[in-house]
Amino acid sequence: MKKFINKTDDFLKESLQGFGAVHREIINVYFEPNFITRSKPTKKGKVALITGGGSGHEPMHGGYVGYGMLDAACPGFVFSAPTPDQMLAAVEKVDGGAGILFLVTNYSGDIMNFQMASEMLQSPNETVLINDDVAVENSSFTTGRRGVAATILIEKIVGSLAESGGSLEACKALGDKVNKYSGSMGVAFSSCTVPAAGKPTFELGADEMEFGVGIHGEPGRRRDKIKPAQQITEELLEAILEDLKLNKNEEVLLFINGLGGTPLTELYLLFDNAKQILDKKNINVSRSLVGNYCTSLEMQGASITLTKLDEDIIRHWDSPVHTAGMRWGM
Amino acid sequence: MSIKFLISQAKLIQEVIDIHASEIEKLDQEIGDGDHIFNVQRGIKLVIELEPTIKDLPISKALNLIAMKVLSGIGGSSGALFGTLFMSMAKGEGIDEGIDFKKAFKIFIDGVEAVKQRGKADVGEKTMMDVLIPVANCLQKGIEDNRDLNSILQAAVEKAEKGMLSTKDLIATKGRASFLGERAKGHIDPGARSSQLMIKTVCESLLREIGG
Repeated sequence: MKKFINKTDDFLKESLQGFGAVHREIINVYFEPNFITRSKPTKKGKVALITGGGSGHEPMHGGYVGYGMLDAACPGFVFSAPTPDQMLAAVEKVDGGAGILFLVTNYSGDIMNFQMASEMLQSPNETVLINDDVAVENSSFTTGRRGVAATILIEKIVGSLAESGGSLEACKALGDKVNKYSGSMGVAFSSCTVPAAGKPTFELGADEMEFGVGIHGEPGRRRDKIKPAQQITEELLEAILEDLKLNKNEEVLLFINGLGGTPLTELYLLFDNAKQILDKKNINVSRSLVGNYCTSLEMQGASITLTKLDEDIIRHWDSPVHTAGMRWGM
Repeated sequence: MSIKFLISQAKLIQEVIDIHASEIEKLDQEIGDGDHIFNVQRGIKLVIELEPTIKDLPISKALNLIAMKVLSGIGGSSGALFGTLFMSMAKGEGIDEGIDFKKAFKIFIDGVEAVKQRGKADVGEKTMMDVLIPVANCLQKGIEDNRDLNSILQAAVEKAEKGMLSTKDLIATKGRASFLGERAKGHIDPGARSSQLMIKTVCESLLREIGG
């Protein structure tokens, strides 16, 4: 294993310390239990958005704490769910009295831990469950689909509504809607290595790719020989479009997300290929995002996310945001 | 059952799990995400380290502290599931007034039910529930039929092993292995293996104690 690491047990702590020092104007990092809040206290009467998940997906989630997005994030160990004591400590810091909205990706560990926090909590709270990955079919497995890159779109869009004074119910409804309007699928060219495991999560031949990979290196639909980008893009989009059932001239946000080990040059190439395919299908790409936003450690690969847009979603996507991982309009 | 008993069992379990660590790790790398053995080892260590803190407490309080420790210290699904098990056991009726075998079985059975609710998993889904549920049912039936302790414990060991082996041919519908679909077939579930080892360890230790 080649990583910038001292001791496995200190990996997360040292990384969070660095993150906290660099972005101290935007966020505060707390330890034992670990959580991240905005540096400015949550306004009274504002719904508090709290999320969390395993580390290793940076900038997700800590990088999205700040104005216009999250109020707090609870980082678990690498690829391991955070625990209720973290969520309860975060709630204590950021509860604005208007309720807590938990944004939770659909992994059993995350769900169980957020559920326990929710049961132990006195304040009113709701949960948006995120499951945008179309690679694993809902009908086949009752665990359902995985939550992947659309998570950050939901954090941004619902974050904006909460910032503008939206109620707990309205925030929950918008989160559910954007989740329903989103579909993602990824492909991996290489595995990732969890520090505690010390070796790659899976093996992939030099000329192979995992089609439909999860953001923890979970297997996808199939293992394929590597293909031209154009063809990979087509196949990913086909799976997403089949799921979203878009109409002609419908407006979408096209999001090309890097999984950590793929350069931006290739991500922009993917965007170009995807945009051309969507243009031909008369699907209107009116908003876009390209970069490493929801990563899987050092994995080489990328995912494509399409989110159906309406006026409401567009307004909350365009609104100002100021976090470590995403900033515009201010 | 006492706190001393709980800790002594945790130490026995630690020995057995350590012996089987690489086997469990390999099972998890085949169909899971490879962290199960670390979680289990961390959890057992945390429970053993609690000994000085809990040794003089009423057992309900001790079980609650174990639950919170396991919950925050293991994390992930394992933390939540084992945390739920101990939290449910801590709520057992009248446990601070002493625990005989019937009461011990009862709180274990209720604990397994709570874990079943938390994980929303049942028998046949290639998880540790394929071990825990048959064992809980076996204890329940043993009490109802008024069987002697010796034969109940022996039956529980057998049920645990049978349940563990049954996961080999199952397709996972819960847990990380469910993401593999058909590909998980032919592999024993690592959570089923670790929980079977724990149950076997405790039951055999009890059998030795009663001279079975």
